[in-house]
Amino acid sequence: MELRNTWDQWPDENGRFGEFGGRYVAETLMPLILDLETEYRAAKQDPAFAAQMDDLWAHYVGRPSPLYFAERLTEHFGAAKIYLKRDELNHTGAHKINNCLGQVLLAMRMGKTRIIAETGAGQHGVATATVCARFGLKCVVFMGETDVERQKPNVFRMKLLGAEIVPVSSGTGTLKDAMNEALRDWVTNVHDTFYCIGTAAGPHPYPELVRDFQSVIGKEARAQILEREGRLPDAVMACIGGGSNAIGLFHPFIEDEDVRLIGVEASGHGIETGQHAAALNGGAPGILHGNKTYLLQTDDGQIIDAHSISAGLDYPGIGPEHSFLRDTGRAEYLTCTDEEALEAFQLCTRLEGIIPALEPSHALARVGEVAEDLGKDGMMILNMCGRGDKDVFSVAEALGVEI
Amino acid sequence: MPTSRIDTRFAKVKAEGRAALVAYMMAGDPDLESSYQALCALRDNGADAIELGAPFTDPMADGPAIQKAALRALANKTSLSDVLALAKRFREDDQETPLIMMGYANPVHKMGYEAFAAAAADAGIDGTILVDLPPEEDQPIRDAYAAHDLSVIRLATPTTDEARMAKVADGASGFLYYVAVAGVTGAGSADPEEIRSGVEMAQRVSGLPVCVGFGIKTGEQAVAMAKIADGVVVGSAFVEQARLASVAKTPQVTAEKMGQLALELSTALSGGVPAK
Repeated sequence: MELRNTWDQWPDENGRFGEFGGRYVAETLMPLILDLETEYRAAKQDPAFAAQMDDLWAHYVGRPSPLYFAERLTEHFGAAKIYLKRDELNHTGAHKINNCLGQVLLAMRMGKTRIIAETGAGQHGVATATVCARFGLKCVVFMGETDVERQKPNVFRMKLLGAEIVPVSSGTGTLKDAMNEALRDWVTNVHDTFYCIGTAAGPHPYPELVRDFQSVIGKEARAQILEREGRLPDAVMACIGGGSNAIGLFHPFIEDEDVRLIGVEASGHGIETGQHAAALNGGAPGILHGNKTYLLQTDDGQIIDAHSISAGLDYPGIGPEHSFLRDTGRAEYLTCTDEEALEAFQLCTRLEGIIPALEPSHALARVGEVAEDLGKDGMMILNMCGRGDKDVFSVAEALGVEI
Repeated sequence: MPTSRIDTRFAKVKAEGRAALVAYMMAGDPDLESSYQALCALRDNGADAIELGAPFTDPMADGPAIQKAALRALANKTSLSDVLALAKRFREDDQETPLIMMGYANPVHKMGYEAFAAAAADAGIDGTILVDLPPEEDQPIRDAYAAHDLSVIRLATPTTDEARMAKVADGASGFLYYVAVAGVTGAGSADPEEIRSGVEMAQRVSGLPVCVGFGIKTGEQAVAMAKIADGVVVGSAFVEQARLASVAKTPQVTAEKMGQLALELSTALSGGVPAK
């Protein structure tokens, strides 16, 4: 492995974070992702691109999102100070739009007129459909058949926004199959189509560019906490599905080695049951969807379906940079079950008057232990990456309440 | 490297003045015994080389026909070791027909590249097409294969330009698999005239036989494609025979039906002379 002195120099020129990442795609896709990389390098150097992003972030998304001191959660645990980065206040209700805006602007630079996306819970689909509506682009969203059924409100939202929804029945009809189907569509419609991937995974350069677009979260949080507290936090925390909100929060702190980076994976019914979505804690390195990373898989290398109460964490892989941060020990990865997430969801709602999405509820479930570990003088930031309005039906069902 | 079965076979086909028929089938679909019979039937009816599909849960470059075939094989618990055992059984009394394993990287990665290379060579596999291991990512497996004289067979497409083709050709052996249409397996077929120059460039740059696949289902299409290539690959159409047999709960007819299709195709490619 090539020696690098700093954490933020990854990926290398082959798109690798240590042994993870890379470009594991069929030759049919290779010219596309090499093109995308060239175009992304050019956009990164272009002040006009940055200016356009900044303008849309400020006036369309509503950035910067506030950094909020969660006074009653802090009191409740009686230990380190807990701050919430309020990315759930973004337009469309989650961090997903940060990345969609970046990718759609990139697509337009490349002259593409048709945007495709995969979605699980529907948040990335809604964000993509939203940005496509804003710019008058055709939008096609691939969604597993079972998710289409589970997430009817988001399906309707996407349709209102003018997107076409393609229910995917191939394989097991879940998020991973939606991603397979999107890749197949992309190969077939190369000439006019751009694939807007929703998380910091997939073939290089996606993990890098999604991270860069989502890093707005961590950049803001870093500046906000320095202004507020005059020092860096002791820990930053986020939930992990594919890991885009977490890497966006972590990355601007990655060189600050005294800041602990803590991700929380969904352990569903418990890792020992085999029904979970914790690729780092319950998986092994492998190759899927264009990158080498930790995956849920059998001893024979077949992919296992993930399970989580949160559709947004329900993915058998994880972004390759997280695999790298885990193996190097730079970041820590905890787990949280469905049940613990439901408790944290209710606790935050009652104590702070903020209904979190089920995804950040996973991180919230571990916040007490981390706060205790940091002690009274400690201070931490948790990314509230989405709001819970979309989840009230599934939470009611899980709690046995009829509405 | 000693002359491989693949090289010998393509030399023979070329000497006969025709294009090779490369047949694809999914191992374990509908079951392993039927697959063994099918392998023999393909050979006996004029398939010059056989691509043996290794099933994977997430075959992102394949269309619905091959995806479903993979899931049927996996429902039968077909493992990578089973695929190799199938090849080994075929090799017991066939030392000439090239066998190429085609699949995705993860199961092979999970077994370990070194362990796989040794087991594949022992089973009489001649090379592999691992769809999601492009030249940028296949150095570890090339290193593992070198000790066993296994071929790395790569894909090229109509969007592969000359600079890229040099990269694709570097380290490749056996033949090149030219994907005729942008899309997934089983999609519509390409117009041979549209890809003629691309295939010629692939032949010139790689110095390897070039086999064209994706969307070729009938003898007529095969003959048209054979005019511009060293071989034609037929996949989804064979896999469809396994599906029909599976649906009808008559797995034993898989071999017979695949044999009939192979005979139709090989006869067409030989200018109307039936194989054997």
